[in-house]
Order: sequence, then structure tokens, then C-alpha cells
Amino acid sequence: MNVPAAWYLVLAALLFGVGAFGLLTKRSALIMFMCVELMLNAVNLTFVTFARTLSDVGGQATVFFVMVVAAAEVTVGLGIVVAVFRRRSSTSVDELSEMKG
Amino acid sequence: MLGVTLLYSWQGILVFTTAALLILVGAIGVITLANPVHAALSLIMTLFGVAVAFVAQSADFLAAVQIIVYAGAIVVLFLFVIMFLGVDRRDSVTVDPLVGQRVLAAVGVLITVAGLITLMARSHWVTGAQSVSTHGHALATGSQNVKQLGTAIFTTYLFAFEATAALLIIAVVGAVMLARRERVPDPEEIDV
Repeated sequence: MNVPAAWYLVLAALLFGVGAFGLLTKRSALIMFMCVELMLNAVNLTFVTFARTLSDVGGQATVFFVMVVAAAEVTVGLGIVVAVFRRRSSTSVDELSEMKG
Repeated sequence: MLGVTLLYSWQGILVFTTAALLILVGAIGVITLANPVHAALSLIMTLFGVAVAFVAQSADFLAAVQIIVYAGAIVVLFLFVIMFLGVDRRDSVTVDPLVGQRVLAAVGVLITVAGLITLMARSHWVTGAQSVSTHGHALATGSQNVKQLGTAIFTTYLFAFEATAALLIIAVVGAVMLARRERVPDPEEIDV
């Protein structure tokens, strides 16, 4: 009844690509975080697809932990964005160049 | 294409197409919309699409968590920070500070995705042994999925589960410390 796993894997690869492209080209730290979320979701989709195909609930457990780590990462990341914005009134990553060699 | 339609039920294809459209349109919206608020709303669309794909693949509990945690908490946190900072001014799309950055990124991503798909196609997409924990049956759906996943998390993955609890506490304390406004101490308050 279900479509083959390959379809979902290709979809996840495309989603990962879109997220990676956004991460590489965007300037705003907030949008870059959203692109990281896209990539994490692509990997989650892959895990769930493998879990379904191999009837292994371990894949779903991994996705559960990935979600927890993603939530923690976003919390700390946005805290850093807020702290940086306080000092320089900008979220553009191009303006953070103090450590340039 | 007709053969494919007959091979897999039209319901499965309909669900997959819906999920794929939601996911890809939302993802492209995230990277093309100039206003961060619109990008965050577009991200919600992608997250709902992924939740649809989860339900279609008997991951019911994760689909619920996806909506509650991602769409309900993470995106709200994004929107909260966007509004709090007032950064809803547009990201400039025309300036390209690094020469050829977009082209190079596009080429790199294309090579990566093409390589991924080729690798998977050449290795028969899914390899590996069927899990013995489900005694050869497919994964359970509905409330049985919650039971199955819960059993796995609270037995096999118990240590990882406890570690995530510590991780969340550390993340919350860290975020509070980072986002707290630095108070300039009054010289008279300093005793030492």
C-alpha cells in the first residue's frame, strides 16, 4: 500500500539540499538557523523511512533524540543571537568579523 | 507512470505527493522569502509536511511530537526572537559580498545531492537486516506505536534518555545566562 522507501529517501535528499543551500548563502543568523532545522528534518525523515522499511523502532527512537537535541540547540542558538544583537544591533553574520586573521 | 500507479495504491501516492509538495514548497519558501516572519511561517509548512510523511510511515507519536515541539515551540521561539529583535527588515538579495558564493553553493549542493541519490540508488536504497524485535511484523501504528517506541526508549535507550534530560537543563540555563541583560554593578554595592 505504501510507496517505496526510495521516494521518501529522494525527497529527504532534496530537502537536505535546499537546507544546505540556504545555510551557505544566507546572511541572517536567524534564517541560517531555520535552514539547519530543514536539514535536521531531512535526516529525521530518512531515519523514519529506514525504521519503517526495516521494521526497527530504533530509528524512531533516534529521531526522538534528534528532536530533543534540536530543541536544545535552537534555545542556545537564539540566546546567542539575542546576545549578539544587543551588542551590535544586527543579526548579519557578515558583520561578525573581529576574529578575522 | 501508469504501471507505477497500479503497483502502489493511489492513496499512498496521494499522501506522498501531498507531503512532498508541503515539504519542498515550504523549504523553498524559507530560503527565498525576504521577510524572516514569512520564512518562519514557511518553515511551519515544511514541518507539517514532514509530519504527514511520519504518519504515512507509521511514526504516529513522532508526528505528534513534530507538531507540538517543532511547530508549536521551536517556530514560536523563532517568531518570538524575530519580533523581540525587530529584525523584520528585508535581507538584501541583490548584494553578493563573496564573489560567486551563490554559484559555488549551488554547485556544491547539486554535487552532494546527486552523489547521495546515486549512492543510494546503486546500493538498492535500503540495505540491512530486518529487525528481530518486532518478530518479522511491520512497525505498529496508532497507540501501539506509542507503546512500542516508549518501550524502546525506556529500556534500550534509557541512558540516552536520561542524558537528554541533563542536556535540556543545561541548554535552558545556558540560554537564560546568554539572553540575560548584563547589569552594570553600582560601585556602592560592591563591598570588596
